[in-house]
Amino acid sequence: MAYSDKVIDHYNNPRNVGNLDKKDPNVGTGLVGAPECGDVMKLQIKINPETNVIEDAKFKTFGCGSAIASSSLATEWVKGRTVEEALTIKNVEIVKELNLPPVKIHCSVLAEDAIKAAVRDYQAKQGTTEEKPGEVAAQA
Amino acid sequence: MALKLPIYMDYHATTPCDPRVFEAMAPYFTEMFGNAASRNHQFGWQAEEAIENARKQVADLIGATSKEIVFTSGATESDNLAIKGVADMYYEKGDHIITVVTEHKAVLDTCKKLEKRGFKVTYLPVGSDGLISPDDVKAAITDKTILVSVMHANNEIGVLQPIGEIGRVCKERGVLFHTDATQAVGKLPFDVNGLNVDLVSISAHKMYGPKGIGALYVRRKNPRVMLVPMIDGGGHERGMRSGTLNVTGIVGLGKAAEIARADMESDSSRVFSLRERLRKGIMDEIPDVYINGHAEQRLAGNLNVSFAYVEGESLLMGISDIAVSSGSACTSASLEPSYVLKALGVGEELAHSSIRFGLGRFNTEEEVDYTIGRVNEAVNRLRELSPLWEMVQEGVDLSKVQWAGE
Repeated sequence: MAYSDKVIDHYNNPRNVGNLDKKDPNVGTGLVGAPECGDVMKLQIKINPETNVIEDAKFKTFGCGSAIASSSLATEWVKGRTVEEALTIKNVEIVKELNLPPVKIHCSVLAEDAIKAAVRDYQAKQGTTEEKPGEVAAQA
Repeated sequence: MALKLPIYMDYHATTPCDPRVFEAMAPYFTEMFGNAASRNHQFGWQAEEAIENARKQVADLIGATSKEIVFTSGATESDNLAIKGVADMYYEKGDHIITVVTEHKAVLDTCKKLEKRGFKVTYLPVGSDGLISPDDVKAAITDKTILVSVMHANNEIGVLQPIGEIGRVCKERGVLFHTDATQAVGKLPFDVNGLNVDLVSISAHKMYGPKGIGALYVRRKNPRVMLVPMIDGGGHERGMRSGTLNVTGIVGLGKAAEIARADMESDSSRVFSLRERLRKGIMDEIPDVYINGHAEQRLAGNLNVSFAYVEGESLLMGISDIAVSSGSACTSASLEPSYVLKALGVGEELAHSSIRFGLGRFNTEEEVDYTIGRVNEAVNRLRELSPLWEMVQEGVDLSKVQWAGE
């Protein structure tokens, strides 16, 4: 299968690889996917509680080139947006931007899920939702 | 010699045509283009002579006689002809077929088709080394069993099934024995009588011949095997496979068989030492690498390994100037990881992390060394990117993590 230039670019030069302090109350961590499925994404966001803007984002991904590219792109897109704006990112936009073929659409879905999971974890830490802090993230 | 990129290391998928094979074929495209069935002129005679020469070359490679070789379009057709041909010929005698879960799809899908028609098929499981036990074959044979089909060398993990022992079991019980020997013939000594096989599928393009040509060995004595043909027409190949013979392809298959026979020892020991160099280079330098399939009882040129915490397709992208293949779901259209690795009980996460290296006649030490370096570099880079690697380094037991799922 041939990859789009954008997928290859993100694969060769992934943006925002790394970690944020998961214990920081202003950091939300999302860990989605499963090793048996061949994809696991960890996406972290750091939010300025005053402005609600995502000031930093980091990721690590176990998965194919399209999964790596989708999560790399997701970190680029969430940075500078408010939490509410980040939640409006849809997987179809990732598909379009990276020219993902149909068989790789699940990679973009996972990236969208990772953003949502990270936001949920942050909100739980802040006590702005009913949910408890993400159990998976806590174990990571 | 300067290293030429990209490097081909996927010899189980296909092999380049040996230049000697190509040279032997060339005149049959342009000058000696006759139809082997043309009985009344020079052109036909020339073609027929070439065919019979090739038939002898193929027969000699496997210890058979010329009349036992039926030319087909390749091993998939040979598998179909062997299994369906036996089923249709012997259905009154019995309706039971025995095969193995790790067979090539050409065998498995053929068996599934027959199941729809009312045949009963036993799919024997394999051990964690990828091998079946001849005792399991013995235990599975019933009065209704008409055929046992077990591949010689597996196309993914390269393991060699105990064909000789299975052959003996089948002979004792009077059951026909077919082996898909596509990956093995031409690479290791093969004798149809020593191994007690009745039907053998062979492909040219896995042994440095052209694509689109193969053969089926059909035993003529002790016992004489009869097949119902799948393709009817002019009665070519003693009625078992009609259609104008692919003279150029057959000449190529014959030449490839002749070369394989002559060079078998030197070829296989060279390929084996390259494989061992690759195996040691990778496993000495990279931690958490696992071999899939039996470590020794395998094709000389096969190395199938899983690089834990790295997904296979992303690794292929990282070594894009080396042509290899992966058992990862992402490299197939089905999104399912390799059924062969699953059958071995390799965990799905390790199946997603598997790479198949297939070494062959034209690989060099320089290529192997370059590959070791590239793989090492790519695995390290991808592990730095892998949340699983990070978790393991932090002491997390991945099997105990409750994954959020998709």
